[in-house]
Amino acid sequence: MTGSSDDQPARSVDAVVIGAGHAGLAISHCLREQGVDHVVFERGEIANSWRNERWESLTLLTPNWQCRLPGFSYSGDDPDGFMSMSEVIDFIERYAGKIDAPVLTRTEVTSVRRNADQYEIATATGNWRSRAVIVASGACNLPVFPPVASASPALVSTLTPHDYRNPSQLDDGGVLVVGASATGLQLADEIQQSGRAVTIAVGEHVRLPRIYRDRDIQWWMHATGILDESLDEIDDIVRARNIPSPQLVGSRDRQILDLNAMSDLGVRLVGRLMNFNGTVAQFSGSLRNVCALADLKMGRLLDTIDEWAARQPEAESFSPPERFARTRIDDHPCLTLDLDRDGIRTILWATGYRPDYQWLDVPVLDRKGKLRHDGGVVSDSPGMYVLGLPFLRRRKSSFIHGTEDDARFIANHLTGYLARQ
Amino acid sequence: MSESTSSVDNGVNVEALLGAREALSQAPEAAQFKWRATCDWVKGTHSKSSVTSFFGLGEEQQHRREFTFEADHPEVFASEDLGATPVEVVLCGLASCLMAGVAAVAQHRGIQLNSVKATLEAGMDIQGILGIDADVRNGFDGINVSFEVDGDASAEDLEALVAQSQKRSAVFDIVTNPTNVNVSVTKTG
Ligand SMILES: Cc1cc2nc3c(=O)[nH]c(=O)nc-3n(C[C@H](O)[C@H](O)[C@H](O)COP(=O)(O)OP(=O)(O)OC[C@H]3O[C@@H](n4cnc5c(N)ncnc54)[C@H](O)[C@@H]3O)c2cc1C
Repeated sequence: MTGSSDDQPARSVDAVVIGAGHAGLAISHCLREQGVDHVVFERGEIANSWRNERWESLTLLTPNWQCRLPGFSYSGDDPDGFMSMSEVIDFIERYAGKIDAPVLTRTEVTSVRRNADQYEIATATGNWRSRAVIVASGACNLPVFPPVASASPALVSTLTPHDYRNPSQLDDGGVLVVGASATGLQLADEIQQSGRAVTIAVGEHVRLPRIYRDRDIQWWMHATGILDESLDEIDDIVRARNIPSPQLVGSRDRQILDLNAMSDLGVRLVGRLMNFNGTVAQFSGSLRNVCALADLKMGRLLDTIDEWAARQPEAESFSPPERFARTRIDDHPCLTLDLDRDGIRTILWATGYRPDYQWLDVPVLDRKGKLRHDGGVVSDSPGMYVLGLPFLRRRKSSFIHGTEDDARFIANHLTGYLARQ
Repeated sequence: MSESTSSVDNGVNVEALLGAREALSQAPEAAQFKWRATCDWVKGTHSKSSVTSFFGLGEEQQHRREFTFEADHPEVFASEDLGATPVEVVLCGLASCLMAGVAAVAQHRGIQLNSVKATLEAGMDIQGILGIDADVRNGFDGINVSFEVDGDASAEDLEALVAQSQKRSAVFDIVTNPTNVNVSVTKTG
């Protein structure tokens, strides 16, 4: 509890939303439609994550036509383009304005407690009480490090995607990028092009072509219904929720960002980083298999797309199926690398992100610190909901375009809950 | 991924394995296993190892009987060749582990296997173990595993089976990734 606000009586509202990213704003819109009295707390500014936790060159990997939120969609003249960070911030800000969301900015939530049927919310600007809480505080608040990170040799600087802005902030020496998903590959690409020699440590990853049969892969994923796949269509939801981001970048020239493209640029591919022995990094000998798994998985996805395409009335109008070259791996990928001797001066941990629930004083986290929920409904704590997590209810849940279905479901569920209470 | 089909029988009880996975994800303590082996020196490079017990599911477990493995070095090393070379035992461990995985994954994916054979070859420059060249490592410079699979599925699906087996294999992990090894010595006799 913050001392200064203790003396003021807590304000009361039916529901509070924590976070004014696109997810918090989308649920705010749906709550307003249902006539639920609510307020949205934001520790910084609207679209705070996009303002402060992203690098400068980042563009969305989802095309503009896919940028839509309940009651709002992209209206510019480049539907196939990809938004820059300033465009994303502008898009989300305009949305907040259009729906006239009741956002309190610079209002960090410091604690949420449950007291009988109510929630007590402490914020930087005062205390609140509500009957329902929607956690929309983001899935990527903190970078995740593998345990081996703690043994990083002192001679290298370490950096996360949250600190990284552009290559000029790095030492001129070589860079070890750990992680080969969207973030790792995009940064490896940019840093290698800046003249620094990049080595990328590759664990399991998802390979996808930007363009397939002359259409954007997101078009196919959307049209085939893959992005709409829901919880009950998946046998292993834990696995589905942990799938890393696809190797995609949203660039003007629609470049394919895969490990072969990395090799063409001169980036060195090594296996998963397993250990440090002094200044010597040790990599897994499983590189070939993780690449084979990704190649095979991509092949199965393209098969699914082709089967779907063949069933469409306009089947004739699609360009013919394609298959892509397998991931090329050296005969003897490097297993140990002396960072000192090799001139590597920076390690960039592109090993994923996780939410930060430090403020959450309701026992709803599992032993791995994940919020236990049933399609966004936090069943262990009636009246609590979560939005914006990977595969919350559908494969598209963590994307901007995936929010609408989830937000509508949660707003309905919440309205029902308030009515019954 | 398809569910296990009842007509497919690779002799793997997938339901039991899936049940164990479900139960152990609720009770991670029970998932803590200890594997053991003992080894006695016989003579020269000849030794005899055996396994009898292990720990798992929260208690001591016994194999149905004691299993023994003899190891030695071949005659080209001036030994008597009374058993497999230890590095060959490592290859056998890797092969058996991948093989078990292939059968389990095939059962889970509804793929009937008719025959599966794995052939392994590992290169080694023995200048390492002989201490001739300090830059040469003692161990393998690489392992090649080739699988020949006769099963009721496409070539890609069979390849995916073997890839998934590597992903889930303990011995594959042990040989591809570093492991801390602590060796202690007690004076006896
Ligand atoms: C590098 C990267 C690239 C991505 N690219 C794409 C893409 O191309 N397309 C796409 O659709 N999605 C993309 N995503 C995924 C997703 O759209 C973003 O993560 C998005 O920011 C999630 O929106 P959100 O509203 O759920 O969370 P956020 O945007 O993170 O919003 C959460 C808000 O909650 C606030 N907050 C957190 N804690 C508190 C607290 N205690 N009190 C008050 N406020 C709090 C934060 O300041 C933040 O503003 C990307 C994600 C990352 C990390």
